[in-house]
Amino acid sequence: MKFTIDWLKEHLDTKIQDNGLVEKLTDIGLEVESYENLNSNLDNFKVAKIITAEQHPNADRLRICDVDIGQENTVKVVCGAPNAKKDLLTVYAGPGSIIPKNNIKLTVSKIRGVTSYGMLCSESELNLSDESEGITELKTTNYSDKIGENFFKNKSEKVVDLSITPNRPDCLGVRGIARDLAAAGAGKLKKISNKNIKKNGSQTIKVSITKEKNQGCTVFGSCLITDVTNKESPKWLKEKIISLGQKPISAIVDITNYVMLDLNRPLHAYDADKIDQEIIVRNSKKGETFQALDNKEYKLGDDMCVISDKSGVLGLGGVIGGTRTGTEINTKNILLESAYFIPRSIRKTSKLLNIDTDAKFRFERGIDPGSIELGLSKAAELISEICGGKISNFDIQKTDKHEKNKIKFNVSLFEKITGFKVDDNEIIKILTDLGFEVSKKKLELDLKIPTWRPDIIQPIDIVEEIVRIKGYNNIETLEPEKTKIKDTLNKQQKLFHFLQRSVASKGYFETVTWSFTDSKINNLFKENLKEIKIVNPISSDLDVLRNSIFTNLTFYLKKNLDRGFKDISLFEIGPIFKNSKPGEQLTVIGAIKSGKVSRLNWNEKERPVDVFDVKKDVIQTLVEAGYERKSLFIRDKSPSYYHPGKAGSVYLDKDDIEPVAYFGDIHPNIVKKLDIKTEGLVGFEIYLDHLKENKIKLKDQKPNFEYSDYQKSERDFAFIVDKNFKAQDLIEIISSVDQNLIRSIKIFDIYEGENIPDDKKSIAINVIIQSSEKTLEDSDLEKINKLIISTVETKSGAKIRS
Amino acid sequence: MSDIKKIKDEYLNKLDNDLNIESVNQIKTQLFGKNGQISNFFKTLGSLPTDDRKTFASELNSIKDELQEKINSKLREIETKEINSKLVNEKVDVTLPEREINQGKIHPVSQVIDEISSIFSEIGFSVEEGPDIENEHYNFTALNTPDNHPARDMHDTFYLDNNKELLLRTHTSPVQVRTMLNGKPPFKIIAPGRTYRSDSDQTHSPMFHQVEGLHIDKNINMGHLKGCLNYFIKSFFEVDKIKMRFRPSHFPFTEPSAEVDIGYEIKDGKIVIGEGDKWLEILGCGMVHPNVLKNVKVNPDKYQGYAFGIGIDRLGMLKYGINDLRAFFETDYRWLNHFGFDPLDVPSNYRGLSR
Repeated sequence: MKFTIDWLKEHLDTKIQDNGLVEKLTDIGLEVESYENLNSNLDNFKVAKIITAEQHPNADRLRICDVDIGQENTVKVVCGAPNAKKDLLTVYAGPGSIIPKNNIKLTVSKIRGVTSYGMLCSESELNLSDESEGITELKTTNYSDKIGENFFKNKSEKVVDLSITPNRPDCLGVRGIARDLAAAGAGKLKKISNKNIKKNGSQTIKVSITKEKNQGCTVFGSCLITDVTNKESPKWLKEKIISLGQKPISAIVDITNYVMLDLNRPLHAYDADKIDQEIIVRNSKKGETFQALDNKEYKLGDDMCVISDKSGVLGLGGVIGGTRTGTEINTKNILLESAYFIPRSIRKTSKLLNIDTDAKFRFERGIDPGSIELGLSKAAELISEICGGKISNFDIQKTDKHEKNKIKFNVSLFEKITGFKVDDNEIIKILTDLGFEVSKKKLELDLKIPTWRPDIIQPIDIVEEIVRIKGYNNIETLEPEKTKIKDTLNKQQKLFHFLQRSVASKGYFETVTWSFTDSKINNLFKENLKEIKIVNPISSDLDVLRNSIFTNLTFYLKKNLDRGFKDISLFEIGPIFKNSKPGEQLTVIGAIKSGKVSRLNWNEKERPVDVFDVKKDVIQTLVEAGYERKSLFIRDKSPSYYHPGKAGSVYLDKDDIEPVAYFGDIHPNIVKKLDIKTEGLVGFEIYLDHLKENKIKLKDQKPNFEYSDYQKSERDFAFIVDKNFKAQDLIEIISSVDQNLIRSIKIFDIYEGENIPDDKKSIAINVIIQSSEKTLEDSDLEKINKLIISTVETKSGAKIRS
Repeated sequence: MSDIKKIKDEYLNKLDNDLNIESVNQIKTQLFGKNGQISNFFKTLGSLPTDDRKTFASELNSIKDELQEKINSKLREIETKEINSKLVNEKVDVTLPEREINQGKIHPVSQVIDEISSIFSEIGFSVEEGPDIENEHYNFTALNTPDNHPARDMHDTFYLDNNKELLLRTHTSPVQVRTMLNGKPPFKIIAPGRTYRSDSDQTHSPMFHQVEGLHIDKNINMGHLKGCLNYFIKSFFEVDKIKMRFRPSHFPFTEPSAEVDIGYEIKDGKIVIGEGDKWLEILGCGMVHPNVLKNVKVNPDKYQGYAFGIGIDRLGMLKYGINDLRAFFETDYRWLNHFGFDPLDVPSNYRGLSR
């Protein structure tokens, strides 16, 4: 909402400085977006004097002028005007100025090799006259002492731009703003001058509001003004319209706009001669069409509030008028409309038809139903003043009386909510100034709500009115009280934060990417999850919610590879979506790693990243989070976007059905499809929702400290097993032989090739054996050795390698 | 007698020479071996008269000790020398690079969320979460923003179905609704998380982060709200004093509502928070609207309190001097490295928010 301070002062009697008023606006909840000079561009045009004018070396018709603009140094301007000569007084526009005639912004530029700082202007360029032959010549007598001063003398008006919240339609008019300021003590609200306009005869066009369900209009006021001469608006009106950034059109249109901006009272003017017999305000029928003032044809649905005549739809009430009965410069007789349309109806219609107009914006927030006649008389008065004509009596059709709402307000509520007290009399004054009718009854106030405040419905709204006018600075700053109701984080949240930092500590950079992604990439990773489309995506390549974190990670990994990075480790912790209902999402860590380990390292051999790099990261992360390595179980199953032979899944327990993590090489087909060029691409995912809570608390997790000082013995074994036999199973078999004696099992070699059959491999294992009761004798060791070998051979079909 | 002294002197001299371990060991054998010279003297002890034996034995023992000590110190000397000479040859260039270090990074958004949680934990708030996909009811209607309310236009919403039933939450406020529906007052929670609006330019991105705050009890008023936010802002920006301004505003789900500005100034092209004569809007807040309380089955005559919503990304930008919001979500390795935090730098009450 824009207005000038001068306009505000037409409604507000105040001695407060402009800056003070602007500050006050913010204090009472009318947020000032900007406060600046109406047309600061005009200040760029200065009275100047040409000191010298020399021939341009490269162009016959150009001159290089040294110009005095009232500053220490003269400026060089290249000028093509034949009258640019020494000692001429003229108008100079510096770089950054916008030339009024063509709206071109000046820059410092080279003209045929000579730099020109700004321009000397012709009268035509300044919109002063059509004279474009040469630059402006100013009379020495008038201007010789004004070099460097602004050429345009209009006092530059300051324009305030407010950001009006949707609850305050009353402040979409200058008067409403003035009323709020007055209530806040910034002056006195002036009475609206009510000139008794001469009204003759009745309004002869019949108006009716049909009685039907969902009728969107409750009041339709109108008057006829006959024998008008529509014309250009007078200067004051034009300036008002322009000052708010709008375009003057004709007196009649400008007047209706002026009344709207002044009182937030939208009006509509019809060319009365084009109305077919009568006005019927009714619901539209599906399929009806009309040509609107934005030059579009709209096809209407059922139950939209239309203003129609015998021939059809004239306009959408409170949204947009139609071309058929629009006023033009030669319009002779007009019908002026001042109505109330129900916000819900306005909103529904404009949404369905996708129309956004100033009138719609106002009506959907709620127009004062009490301003129907005021609007008509204000506009009629101006029209007859400017365009002449005879004004008819007002015709007001009503289906709703729009009586004032009432609220009982218990004054104690104010202190209860705000924490501070305001004297009852002050409360009454504030409310009265805001337009409330107040009568005091003991502890309660009986309030009648002004018709321009549709936002005020219940007592809490009254609290807000008082506290904002009184000032938020009166609210005390109380020490925060520290009582805790619950632990800050629950277990799952603790796990989230722990895992996040655990993964990062392994060299991964955390990233945050959109929850949505490109469906084409998502398809590579979505497995059997449902694709969740966004109806109105921000762009076509962000059209679905992600089914996997890898969609965005691979996308951005590629971008970083393209930036020249090679060895990249990225991870994100966040949601993936299983389906489109609230809660059908999982929290997942996705991590991805590309390139090589130890690239160009002087003492370590470089190699591409591989599945065991990510296996280490995922296992270590789980172990750090408190899951025992011994219970973790690995299977060689993984989603299809992993390499089928180089990926696996992790289970918290052998018997679990749901894996908690996947790890492995990314499928080569996907690497190819995404055009990712790197030596190796591996990743892992951890599903936080599948991580069961560690049931025991840390303080109960530590069993008694038991240890053995008896001698340890190490034994090495090599077993020949089937090629697809899993090392994990071998370890499990061995550890099951004697849980008390076998302390550790390490695989130190895997061998395939010479001396081993093609379908077999050799696994070499180191076993540490130690008793907690005695030093083991050779015979004891021999016994356990044999038991290990026989158990492995029976359970796995392996053969000890001799 | 003089014989042993001679032997002693002879060997002490010998041991003063530059010897290697083998020759020292040889000397040791020559003296103390089975047929060593000193050993042999001990053998003769038995044949000496008692008086002489005593004197001689004591002398012999002291010479033996002396020689043995000499041999041991010689051995130590040689070992030290050998280690030293070996060390000279073993010298490496320690200025060569260490083995690869892999320093990971925590994203600024995560760090700021941890800072916020830490601060609010101190004054008794717990952390709640809600789903990213919401239904229209929780995101709008329950928050006193019915379908026909123009305030809905302030949120450019992403929808997941044509009936506009399912959407990506446009703010973290639905967590208020969920929390209150699932529990009984009092409530004292914050809810950080992802939020979405179909808006994208220099200062808006289609996804961003908010933290919601909610404190409902029997007598929580606007003074508590002011105190809580004042405490938070001071703690977050790690300053002792903060210039703060509460100004009336409007949100459908709070009443009275306020927007909060903090004072700042630009010094050497950098923004300095807390002082100065410029105002920067950083959050919206207010007393929870009675309609909202009714919608979540909390009696507004008994309970009241405040709620607030803060843009997390924006707070991070201000605190850590990040200019471009969109860069948060672009995964530029250089940016993550530059603005990211060390994973061990965990914000906490006792050791301070940031290093």
